[in-house]
Amino acid sequence: MLPEPTLNTYLALSAVLFSIGTAGVFLRRNLITVLLSVEVMLNAVNLTFVAVDRFRGTVDGQIIAFFVITVAAAEAAVGLAIVIALFRHRETLNPDAFTTLKW
Amino acid sequence: MDALFFWIFAVIMIVSSVLVVGQRNPMYSVLLLIVSFAALSGLYVLLNAPFMAVLQIIVYAGAIMVLFLFVVMLLNVSSEEQEGNDKKPRFVIGPGPRRFGAVLAVVLAVQLIWALRTIAEAPFADDGSVPTTVRDIGLRLFREYAFAFEATSILILVAMVGAVILARKER
Amino acid sequence: MDSTLIAHLVVIGFTFFMLLNSAAVLVLMERKVAAFVQQRLGPNRVGPWGAMQPLADIIKLVMKEELRPKGADTFLFYLAPILCAVAAFAAFSVVPFGADTDFFGLLDAPIKLVAADVNVGVLALFAITSMGVYGIVLAGWASNSKYSLLGGLRSSAQMISYELSFALSLASVVMLAGSLSLNDIVNAQSGYWFGFIPKWYIFLQPIGFFIFMTAAVAETNRAPFDFPEAEQELVAGYHTEYSSMTFALFFMAEYIAMATMSAVAVNLFLGGWHGPFLPTWLGWIWFLAKVFLLLFFYIWMRWTLPRYRYDHLMEFGWKWLLPAATINLLVTAGVVLWMGW
Repeated sequence: MLPEPTLNTYLALSAVLFSIGTAGVFLRRNLITVLLSVEVMLNAVNLTFVAVDRFRGTVDGQIIAFFVITVAAAEAAVGLAIVIALFRHRETLNPDAFTTLKW
Repeated sequence: MDALFFWIFAVIMIVSSVLVVGQRNPMYSVLLLIVSFAALSGLYVLLNAPFMAVLQIIVYAGAIMVLFLFVVMLLNVSSEEQEGNDKKPRFVIGPGPRRFGAVLAVVLAVQLIWALRTIAEAPFADDGSVPTTVRDIGLRLFREYAFAFEATSILILVAMVGAVILARKER
Repeated sequence: MDSTLIAHLVVIGFTFFMLLNSAAVLVLMERKVAAFVQQRLGPNRVGPWGAMQPLADIIKLVMKEELRPKGADTFLFYLAPILCAVAAFAAFSVVPFGADTDFFGLLDAPIKLVAADVNVGVLALFAITSMGVYGIVLAGWASNSKYSLLGGLRSSAQMISYELSFALSLASVVMLAGSLSLNDIVNAQSGYWFGFIPKWYIFLQPIGFFIFMTAAVAETNRAPFDFPEAEQELVAGYHTEYSSMTFALFFMAEYIAMATMSAVAVNLFLGGWHGPFLPTWLGWIWFLAKVFLLLFFYIWMRWTLPRYRYDHLMEFGWKWLLPAATINLLVTAGVVLWMGW
C-alpha cells in the first residue's frame, strides 16, 4: 500500500520543486525559460502555504497563496514586457547578450 | 485512495517541472508548465482547498500562461538559436559556470531536505476537516486582509501601465 | 458497487451521450434555421425533413483525407483540436439538467442530475472554458502559416477579453443566489412572485443577462463576433489547415460550447428546470425547451446580424461591456446589501 502523505511529504515535494526552479534560473540561457522557472519556484511556495494551512486548520495560508498568485501575475506581465523590449533591441533571448552596460 | 492520487499528482508535477527546466523548445516548456499547474491544482483539492485549485487554473493556467504563450509565439525564437552560439568569453557561458549552477541547485535541494528531517513527523489531523468554503476565504480576505487586497489592486494597475509602456515601440 | 455509484456513472455517460447528440442536432438545426431565415428550404433530401443530414455530414468528414502541413509541429497540430473538444465537453460536466431524483425509488437517496456536483461549480465552469483558449492558440501556431497564426492570436485575444465581462455577470448572479453551486442557484429561482411571475434571475438582472449572452456569443466565436473565423474565409484561419476528423473536432467543439453556454444561461437566469404545469421530476423537459430556445436565438443572431470588425469588437468588449458589467455588479451588491437578501 502506498504511504499516506503527511505534512513532511508535502514539504519535501515543495523543496524538490523549489530546487528544480532554482536550477532552471541558474542553468537556462533563454529569458523566457528563466521566467518560467521563477513561476515553478512560486508554485512550490504556494504548495507549502496551502499544505501548512491544511495541517493547522486555518485559512490564512490560502489567503497568502492568493496574494502570491496575484503578485506573480503582475510580475509575469512586467517581466515579459521587459523581455519584449530587450528582444526588440538585440534580436536574441540569451541573457548573456546583455552583459555589457551599454544599451 | 487519496494517497494514490497524491503520488500520481506529485510525480506528474516533478516530471513536468524537470522537463520545463531541461527542455529546449520554449513552446513545449510553457505547455509542460500548464500540465504542472493542473497537477498542482489536483494537489490543492486533496488539501481541502477547492477555491485555490480553481483559482490556480483560472489565473495561472488560464491567464498568465496565455500571456507567456503569446510572447513565445510572437517572438518566435526557434529552439536551435537560443543556446550558446555567441562569441562571449568562456567564463560567462562555458561549462564551468553551468556545472557550478547545477551543483548549487543540488546543494539547495539537499539542504532543504536535511532541514526538513529535523522536524517531527506531522501527519494531517483526520478530524473530518471540511473543504474550505469560499465564504471563509471571503470573510478573511475582506476583514483582516482588506488593506493587502486593496494594495494588490493598485499593484496590478501599476503593472498594467508598466507593461504597456515597457513593451511600446520606441519612436 | 452500490447503486448510487452506478447511478452516477449512468448520469455521466448519459450527459456525454446527449452532448454528442446535441452536436449532431445543432448541425441540422443551424442549416434548417439558416435556410428558413433566407427563405429557402435547407437540407431535405437525406431522410424526412433532412433528419439524416448530420449522419451524411459525419460520413463525409470521416472519409476525407487527413492532411498535415509539412512544417507543422505534429504533436501540437493534433493536440489543438483535442484541447478544444475536451474543454467544450468538460465544461458541461458541472451543469445540472434536472431536479434531484431517486429514479422512482430505485435508489435509497436522491442524487443530483449533474455529472460532477462541485461546490464551486460556477468557478470550475469558468476555469474550464478559459482552458479552451489554448486549443485555438495552438491551432494557429502549429499550422505553420502566418495567416493561421494571426487568426489564432486574434481569436484568443477576443476570447480572453470577453471572459472578464462573462465572469462579472456570473459574479452578480452568485451574489443574488449566495452560492457558487449551480444546483443551489437554480433552486433559488423556484417559486413565484404574486403567484404568476416566476422568480427567475432574468427579471432581477436583465442587463446581466444581456451581458452574459453577449460575452457567451463572443466566447464561442459565433456571429456577430466571428471575425477571426469568417474574415479568413477569404484568406486563412486558425482551422484552415485542418481536414477530416480534426476539423470535425473543432466544429463539434464550437457547437458544444454553444450548447454549454446556453445551458449555463438557462440555469443562471432562466430558472433551469422550473416551469409551470409539469411535475418536478419532468423538469428536464422545461430545461430542454429553454436551452433550445436559446440555441435558436444564437442561430437566428448569426444569420441576421452583420459581423463586427475586429477593432470594433475589441473596443466594444473593453470600453462598453466591461464597464457595464462592473456597474451591474456594483448596483447588484448595493441592492443586495440594502434589501438584506
